Amino acid sequence: MTAAAAPDSVLEVEIWRGAEDGSFQEFRTPQREHQTVLDLVTEIQREQDPTLSYRFACRVGICGSCAMVVNGRPRWTCRTRVSEVIGGGHRIKLEPLRNFPVVKDLTVEMTQFFDKWKNARGYFEPGKTPAEDFAIVPPASKKRREIDEHIECIGCGVCYSACDVVAWDKDYLGPAALNRAWTLVNDVRDKGNAERLDAISQSEGCQACHTHMSCTEFCPKSLAPTYSIAGLKRAAFRHSLWGKR
Amino acid sequence: MSPLLFMAQRLTAFVLALAVSAHLATILYAVRGGLSAGEILARTHGNVAFMLFYGVFVVAVAIHAPIGLRSIIREWTPWRGRTLDLALVLFSLFLLALGFRAVYAVYA
Amino acid sequence: MRASHTQRGFIAAMLHRLSGIALAIFLPLHFLALATALNGANALDAFLELTRQPLVKFAEWGIVVALAVHMTLGLRVLAIEFFDFHEKTLAALSVCVAAVFAVGFVFILNAG
Repeated sequence: MTAAAAPDSVLEVEIWRGAEDGSFQEFRTPQREHQTVLDLVTEIQREQDPTLSYRFACRVGICGSCAMVVNGRPRWTCRTRVSEVIGGGHRIKLEPLRNFPVVKDLTVEMTQFFDKWKNARGYFEPGKTPAEDFAIVPPASKKRREIDEHIECIGCGVCYSACDVVAWDKDYLGPAALNRAWTLVNDVRDKGNAERLDAISQSEGCQACHTHMSCTEFCPKSLAPTYSIAGLKRAAFRHSLWGKR
Repeated sequence: MSPLLFMAQRLTAFVLALAVSAHLATILYAVRGGLSAGEILARTHGNVAFMLFYGVFVVAVAIHAPIGLRSIIREWTPWRGRTLDLALVLFSLFLLALGFRAVYAVYA
Repeated sequence: MRASHTQRGFIAAMLHRLSGIALAIFLPLHFLALATALNGANALDAFLELTRQPLVKFAEWGIVVALAVHMTLGLRVLAIEFFDFHEKTLAALSVCVAAVFAVGFVFILNAG
């Protein structure tokens, strides 16, 4: 890797090494123009320490694999400019996503996150008999518009990392799973909503959300799980009163 | 929390929004020029409307507060389960008892 | 400080939670104070005399602020949950309204 010109400054980068137990390791690395945090981690891993573990895939803000905590804030490193996070200084701190078990260094174990997705019944339920014909779903209908607002989630885990209730209650289903459940509650073709509304209103379900809105604040796709969860609260309310969805 | 507890908390929240607004307005009005027992009791003695209002207020608070405390204790301390629920039911009864006693004290 | 702990929603939720705890502690005391009237108006007056000290007045103001904060931030939660409100700055608004209450009460206290 060649630098275009001598860099003006050097960055001091603290990176978490180890698993649950571990410590921060300091690296010094050149600051380059237009550098993203992913560029930074990649340069460190290739030039200085090949034992550093981290994840990325698409590197263009589509897959969500590169999510980690940068200077205290969960975000996608491929979509984060170094210049944006250092302010006027030159220090960057990289940590694995919070609320996930740490596998090694900056990589986390995502299994529980997706298990909760399943527990929230965040999957389409076609029912026992196939539909006779295509469902007619007008794009402008209220339910379809509601789905459209929340459907773009790619399961990156940033919201789950940011959520205080997940940190305080390990069983809480979390914003991503509940957000996906809400899109299915609004899917007129889905046959499993009675079970789904039961699944999301156990003690670790939507009612545990305290509207801190960190999920909405940090979602890299500008989704708002807070409002999905509010919708679930209303739907669960009606469901327990009248058994309807 | 369960859907039932959630509903109870939110419904009593609506009731309390009204009751607290009325109470705050009344208190802000009544404390002008200082407050004395005579002034309070002159308003509340034998006043059935006041008694019913504050009776409802007490019931709403006795439901609303323990459910709120339950979430806080479960999230910020290791205490959870049946013993916590029981302790909070006792706290609720405690609030009901003290509350009704206070309402009676200024009514009778 | 964690990034999620400096943003509006978290601050609103913490003010709401802490004011709720303060009110839950205060309420039994409030009920006990009022119940001194069971021993007659003089008993209540004797208690009210105690409350004329500046420290107590300050605590009373604190409780009124806690009540106003808890209610306005609670209304924010109800708006988001039941009326599909999509307004993050409601938290700021709520705190402002609560501040108005608090100022009003201080004013009234001074008048009394």
